[in-house]
Amino acid sequence: MLLSPYPTTGERIRITLLWIWCGLVILFLLVPILIPVPLSFNSGAFFIFPLEGISARWYEVVLRTQRWQSAIGNSLIVAFGTTVIATTLGTLTAIALSDEKFPGRRIIMPLLLSPLIVPVVITAVGSYLFYARVGLASTYAGIILAHTALASPFVVVTVGASLTGFDRNLMRAAAISGARPLTSFFRVMLPLILPGVLSGAAFAFVTSFDEVVVVQFLASASQRTMPLEMFIGLREKLSPAITAAATLMMGLSILLLLVANILARRGRKAPA
Amino acid sequence: MSALQPSELDRPTLARDRSAADTDLKSVSAALRRAEFGDRMRSLLLAAPLLILLVLSFGIPIVLLLSRAVYDPTIADALPKTAQALGNWNGQGVPGDDAFAALAADLKENQAKGTAYELAKSLNARLPGARSQVLKTVRKLESADGPAALDAVKSVPFWSAPSTWPAIRSGTRSLTSFYLLSALDLRWNADGGIEQVPPEQAIFIQVFLRTFFVAASVTLATLILGFPLAYLIANVPKGLAAILIVAVLLPFWTSILVRTAAWTVLLQKFGLVNDFLLLIGVTSDRVDLMYSRIGLIIAMTHIQLPFTLLPIYSVMRTIPASQMKAAYSLGARPFTAFRRVYIPQVFPGVMAGCMLTFILCLGYYITPALIGGASDQLISNFIANYVNVELNWEMAAALSFILLVFTLALFGIFARVLGLDRLKLV
Repeated sequence: MLLSPYPTTGERIRITLLWIWCGLVILFLLVPILIPVPLSFNSGAFFIFPLEGISARWYEVVLRTQRWQSAIGNSLIVAFGTTVIATTLGTLTAIALSDEKFPGRRIIMPLLLSPLIVPVVITAVGSYLFYARVGLASTYAGIILAHTALASPFVVVTVGASLTGFDRNLMRAAAISGARPLTSFFRVMLPLILPGVLSGAAFAFVTSFDEVVVVQFLASASQRTMPLEMFIGLREKLSPAITAAATLMMGLSILLLLVANILARRGRKAPA
Repeated sequence: MSALQPSELDRPTLARDRSAADTDLKSVSAALRRAEFGDRMRSLLLAAPLLILLVLSFGIPIVLLLSRAVYDPTIADALPKTAQALGNWNGQGVPGDDAFAALAADLKENQAKGTAYELAKSLNARLPGARSQVLKTVRKLESADGPAALDAVKSVPFWSAPSTWPAIRSGTRSLTSFYLLSALDLRWNADGGIEQVPPEQAIFIQVFLRTFFVAASVTLATLILGFPLAYLIANVPKGLAAILIVAVLLPFWTSILVRTAAWTVLLQKFGLVNDFLLLIGVTSDRVDLMYSRIGLIIAMTHIQLPFTLLPIYSVMRTIPASQMKAAYSLGARPFTAFRRVYIPQVFPGVMAGCMLTFILCLGYYITPALIGGASDQLISNFIANYVNVELNWEMAAALSFILLVFTLALFGIFARVLGLDRLKLV
């Protein structure tokens, strides 16, 4: 498609240059995220190639020491809490918004998306100021609430996308057949939009699991999450344990977002 | 179905009953409206929990923070008597003894309540150096009463300086434009006009300009790197395109913190980037890339590249290859065809990608904090610093206010010109 059937020399040169340039850009994109992986298996204590030897000692540090273990635990608590609340409320909101008669849809949609647009430091500082007054600072509930605000837009958008392929007449048919609203939701609508809901849940989980700025302001020392522990580690002393933690976090986000995107695609293709 | 339709025979009956049918129709449409109203209320009820949660967890915190930029009652609360005494002062020179006496009484009160330090800090934000003077005066007042208290205040030259009392008077007004002006390196002068602060006090304009400069550099770099790749992905066979798009998405799915961590490893003096530069002979010695502007821009470019590329790609793949061929067959040279057929069509995508990256760059915090040096800190880092280190909420709020205005204005333009749908990246 790139070359015409009878390419001129100039065209050949241009296309070759394009390929070379794009190859370099791909390297620029991939090398930085792949570098921590081999370094995390280094047996030495430095970040220099060639590696001194292969070992899992830095993974042992991350998975066995109390500091990192509690960080992983905190991350999971916050991410699961956020996922449950953001997915539930986000799905309900997406269903409401998918109704064309919903009042003020054009105003509400940008407002729902605003947590993604407002610079996260402003969100973090504002939450810190307000949550401290109402006793939510340094609590899991506070962190989960703030993360829910950041994660719910993803749920609303993905579930909303899967609802565009949902035929509302099915709900009417269920009602005529005698199903109560809750029954028809769980037995007709939810199974059809489930890929979208799960995809939204995965987005919400990753958003919370990767978040570090809000946590930095809201968490007490005993609530440090994995990203916050990494951030502090990067500021203080660079230890290869950080590359191990980075590799674990990267693996988890890539895995979840891969699943999320496959599900979202499937959700959109759902029969109308 | 046909059995249900009114037959010819029924027509007269229908006509006779028209008035009755009209009332029926009215009640039907009323019932329909009621039902629709019920539907609408039900969907509002479905959306309500999230909307309420967002207002509480996100809306109120931000409004509260922004209000701190214009509302600061610390000095007014701490110096009520002084505020009253200054009510009939003409603002010229130094006020009369009654103001000094009121100040002495207020300061003693603050010492008793334990709020003296807070007052000193708040006054210090408006009058550099005031902190130590207030605390010194408070200490002198501990052993002084009545007329002695007045003398104690007067014995500190700070309180007789010409700039002191106007600052105190403006401080006793809770609603203030002081911090917002300060965030733009401006202040009120003695004649009630707005002037620039002296150059040695000006910091924020420079920080805003730096933020814009870094954002613009990163936007340009992502465009130069991303545009050709987007073009390639949009024009190769499907299978290869899928592989290439995964190469774009893998870093996109990795968190900013992890990618910043990766770059701190790469940019070390003995890191891979330096190895590479030495190898290709760009530099003859190892250079400091950590804590430098160039290191920061490289890392931010890596993080933002997918944000610029994906909107461009999503437009490019809708443009059929036959268009360019048609342009060639009509005699256009490759460059002309590219400029006049291709570019105008991909322009909305380019704008969307570039604006998105620019807007996101304005709010960067993690990467400058970890990779930038002291002179590469962006506006978000200053906001965090005012909260964490200086404990000056008002200044943090004022900077947030201005950053938010810029961000929302640009985003408003984005939504207006390009539409919100362009935000969907994958």
